[in-house]
Amino acid sequence: MLAYTVRRILMLIPVLIGMSIVTFAIIHFIPGNPARIILGDQATATAIANLEEQLGLNRPAYVQYFSYVFDLLKGDLGTSLRTNRPIATEIWPHLAATVELTVFAMVFAVVVGVNAGIISAWKQNSWFDYTCMVIALIGVSMPIFWLGLMQQWIFAQELGWLPAFGRGNPRDPVEAITHLYIIDSMINGRPDQLWTSFKHLVLPGIALGTIPMAIIARMTRSSMLEVLRSDYIRTIEAKGSRPLSVIYRHGFKNAVIPVLTVVGLQTGTLLGGAILTETIFSWPGIGRYLFEAIGSRDYPVIQSGILVIAFIFVLINLVVDLLYSYIDPRIKY
Amino acid sequence: METVSSTNKQPIPGPENKKPKLEKVESISPWTEAYWQLRKNKLAILGIIIITFFILVALIAPLLTTYAYDKINAGPRLTAPSAEFWFGTDDLGRDTFTRIVYGARISLIVGFFAVTGALFFGTLLGIIAGFFGRWVDMLISRIFDIMLAFPSILLAIAIVAILGPSLQNALIAIAIVNIPIFGRLVRSKVISIRQEEYIMAAKAQGMKNGRILFHHVLPNSVAPIIVQATLSFGTAILEAAALGFLGLGAQAPQPEWGKMLSDSRQYIQSAPWLVLFPGISIMLVVLGFNMIGDGLRDALDPKMKS
Repeated sequence: MLAYTVRRILMLIPVLIGMSIVTFAIIHFIPGNPARIILGDQATATAIANLEEQLGLNRPAYVQYFSYVFDLLKGDLGTSLRTNRPIATEIWPHLAATVELTVFAMVFAVVVGVNAGIISAWKQNSWFDYTCMVIALIGVSMPIFWLGLMQQWIFAQELGWLPAFGRGNPRDPVEAITHLYIIDSMINGRPDQLWTSFKHLVLPGIALGTIPMAIIARMTRSSMLEVLRSDYIRTIEAKGSRPLSVIYRHGFKNAVIPVLTVVGLQTGTLLGGAILTETIFSWPGIGRYLFEAIGSRDYPVIQSGILVIAFIFVLINLVVDLLYSYIDPRIKY
Repeated sequence: METVSSTNKQPIPGPENKKPKLEKVESISPWTEAYWQLRKNKLAILGIIIITFFILVALIAPLLTTYAYDKINAGPRLTAPSAEFWFGTDDLGRDTFTRIVYGARISLIVGFFAVTGALFFGTLLGIIAGFFGRWVDMLISRIFDIMLAFPSILLAIAIVAILGPSLQNALIAIAIVNIPIFGRLVRSKVISIRQEEYIMAAKAQGMKNGRILFHHVLPNSVAPIIVQATLSFGTAILEAAALGFLGLGAQAPQPEWGKMLSDSRQYIQSAPWLVLFPGISIMLVVLGFNMIGDGLRDALDPKMKS
């Protein structure tokens, strides 16, 4: 297990190097003069020269790359062109907001998706199964930003049940400690803020979680169908185990590996989808940070935002891989 | 894939034909069998109907509408759907129906070229990696790993950030993002086929690499590639719409569905039809491709069934 963990971590090195090359390319491979593209056509020669100096564009590419990587290793993500503040400090609250949103979305996707998939498999070909699978098929085909807009229109604007924008009440801001508002409001002993923060999470969380939910439901169903047909399940049933125990204790345990793979992969969908969801719901996460940076051609922020999200994605996949061998000890590497 | 000979499909011998002759046994190709399978799948048929409908709409777009998609003040601003303006008008008084119809062209074209590009380069790289192995495989596989280490929409954003926002660059970005998906698929197929006995036999007969590749390996990898291409078509359209929505794809006045959604989202309360129709169009097209893809997968490759 330990040897495998070490090997798996070492395998990350080429991927991380590749990722750094891709994000490095975002500024440095812009065709033409990157500084001119960033500043626009009206920029003066001095301004362009200054920006080239600031971004180090006047040095040879390999020198630039190594200094970029060296800075990254020190935890320096560069400086935002828009705010002139270090990105590493600016990005934290955004990152926390995104983590809160994606965790909520993932919990929603897994809880609803797994249970819908299990019940569909258990009651195969029932109306429940058909309804679930049709919803799942529509769920994977829906543009996430459209679903978000529709939810906002129906549940926030027409019905007025839930807030449509932001993370909380701007007139009564949560005192930030971890920047995870759910946790912060608990630390501060403010149940009213906890409730407000939760209400703000619901719409964007469900919008973001719908596609993963649909995919998880489909995967759980097919994985469960295979397991439920096996001999040992028949034996357990013959022994007189209760259906719930057969399904959850014996069945799902063995169907969980493919589901886990999908959950890991879907985290990528979530992190990518966060850009769209956060844009719609004005959620001040890393996706919105990135979106605003795109609008104002703040390339260092675009670069770092993409790198940070990709880095989290890689870490999650690492954890999922390591979980396999923990859940199923038969998997040997 | 072996040829399946059907015994139950042949006509039942009548009284005048009591001795069934061996040469009369029909054999059906796996493709014919897959076709029968697909025809039985109601969802797949529905998918084919949806996609055919949208292709038709895209083809005869000019015949369906009298307005131009960028005609400003074709009618009053933000009018609700009516007999004259089926899907209403937008904030510039443009006819939404016209824009949806022309938008079908954009989405289908982007989907087609993005998938074709990804398919071509992915297959090529996958074959090279799988067939030559060693360091070539190592190198290509690592590149795929790195590309797949990014959530796809994020990598597409990165590429568009480099190339500059436009529909064409969004198309290129989506094609690049999808290359490793085809690449990995083809590579694993090539590796598994390479170990088959008939490849060894072909080698023993002195067949050249290229001939083995094009006569044996590729034809046997076609089924999963077709399935993946159909499913990727839907994803590509979704990605194009997402890039358009973020302002990184199609630019005004192009009637791209994602761009239309982002332009009209501020009018969602006063003119919900502006948000409703582009969204439903995207969903239907993607749903259509997903239904065909699922059906093809069940018909062509029972092992991939989910």
